[in-house]
Amino acid sequence: MRVMNMKQTKKDEKRSDDMKRIDGRKPDEIRPIFMQAGILKRAKGSAIVKLGRTTAIAGVYGPKKLHSKHQQDSNKAVLKVTYNMVPFSTDERVRPGPSRRSTEISMVLREALEAAVILEEFPKAVIEVQIDILQAEASTRVAALNAASMALADAGIPMRDLVSSCTAGKIDDEYILDVAGKEEDVTLCDLPVAYMPREKKVTLLQMDGDLPVKDVKNVIQLAIKGCETLYQKQKEALKERWIGSVQGLADLNGTKSEVKG
Amino acid sequence: MTEEIQVQIKEKDPNLLKQDHDFVVPGDKVISSIEYIPGRNCFRDGDSIYSKRLGIVNIENHVISVVPLAGIYTPQMGDMIIGEIEDIHTAGWFINIDTPFSAFLSLSGVRGFIRSGTDLSKIYNVDDLIYAKVVSCTKQGISLSMQDTRARKLFGGKLLNISPVKVPRLIGRQGSMISMIKSMTGCNVIVGQNGVVWIHGEKDTLVTEVINKIDREAHIEGLTDRVEKFLQDNLPKGFVPKEQKEESDSTELSEGKNESDEHEAD
Repeated sequence: MRVMNMKQTKKDEKRSDDMKRIDGRKPDEIRPIFMQAGILKRAKGSAIVKLGRTTAIAGVYGPKKLHSKHQQDSNKAVLKVTYNMVPFSTDERVRPGPSRRSTEISMVLREALEAAVILEEFPKAVIEVQIDILQAEASTRVAALNAASMALADAGIPMRDLVSSCTAGKIDDEYILDVAGKEEDVTLCDLPVAYMPREKKVTLLQMDGDLPVKDVKNVIQLAIKGCETLYQKQKEALKERWIGSVQGLADLNGTKSEVKG
Repeated sequence: MTEEIQVQIKEKDPNLLKQDHDFVVPGDKVISSIEYIPGRNCFRDGDSIYSKRLGIVNIENHVISVVPLAGIYTPQMGDMIIGEIEDIHTAGWFINIDTPFSAFLSLSGVRGFIRSGTDLSKIYNVDDLIYAKVVSCTKQGISLSMQDTRARKLFGGKLLNISPVKVPRLIGRQGSMISMIKSMTGCNVIVGQNGVVWIHGEKDTLVTEVINKIDREAHIEGLTDRVEKFLQDNLPKGFVPKEQKEESDSTELSEGKNESDEHEAD
């Protein structure tokens, strides 16, 4: 909340209220959001998330038996996350296959999701999450994480909370939410945050560039505000996908309408 | 009917953030009160009860549980499931039941006396199908038993997998759906709680189609009527199903015994 106050006082002194960003957004505005769950028929759970033109698609398989015994954990399930950029996702063709960058992102995403998924329920099992970036225009890991968390919920996997994720940064004196496109090149920093809104815990925090110590807290708070907006969208998207089945189950229990037969 | 309504009114609590039959996602708070107990697919954190899985809320006698809309089968004591013998061990059989957990049928779980030194593959061999009861589920795995009147070995027939959360839909209220399918087609159908369906009979292709239809359209209203119409349209005119032996109450649960007797004679 302090973020907002600081920003407004500064803004009021310096410039008019309708200061815009490169793509015409307000400083604390997220790009147009599109989320849909259950888009893949063959995967147990799936979701697509678009933040502006950044598109991430996630599919979940499992929980199933992990066949290589040495990888098994007798106390909990193993979460395998694969982050992949498809060759046509950027200006220059991406070489297919794992790279240094994608391996690292896969790891941080796995750690961000592990905090939320209740892995203890499936000892010796594996849950596989495959995330593909169809189009990249900054903040891909954030879109990937939102999609993965929705796909896990869609697959009916027990979780403590959904994971929402958003980036924030700073340009000149302005804190900005959801760093995108060309902005990535001119920002002082780019700071992705993953957040569990119910537990109020941060599960991923990275930073590119430098940021004065006094600003760090404000930027994180702004990112968390973005996460909460995205969390509501995630819930809506999941509800939209399952609402038909909710009706069906209510019918079965016979409280909302009578079933013949 | 009036009783039901009264119960419903009693359950209304102003503290409830979600009502009975509301949709929840993982981490949704259902209630902030210590008067309620978290049931299946729910957990308590501090004073509040939260949902663990995507599903709909079910509130019964101050126990809050969530009926899942998706996901794999979670074994529960007393469930009847269909499994395939995977491996034979000295003390019993390992059984594949389509979950990440391994199930085990021990010698003590088999009906009848087994003399020491008996070749266990003579009783149940690899690839045999059994309809068995879950007697315990622990972290180590699931224990099965054949000591139930419904439990038996399945001979011949066809297997079909559906989503385990759609199983209640396929059975219908008091077995209405499944008994309709069985009586109209004359097929013998057994539904395992783990989402495996066994079909045996002349019209098994039609039954497969019908069950796939139920799996796909379980959430659309008027399912029973549509299934009935589909069966009427696709059955040849004047089709009379063969009389099944002693088809008593016609739920999938009541017939195991009759069938097993029939096959043991083979």
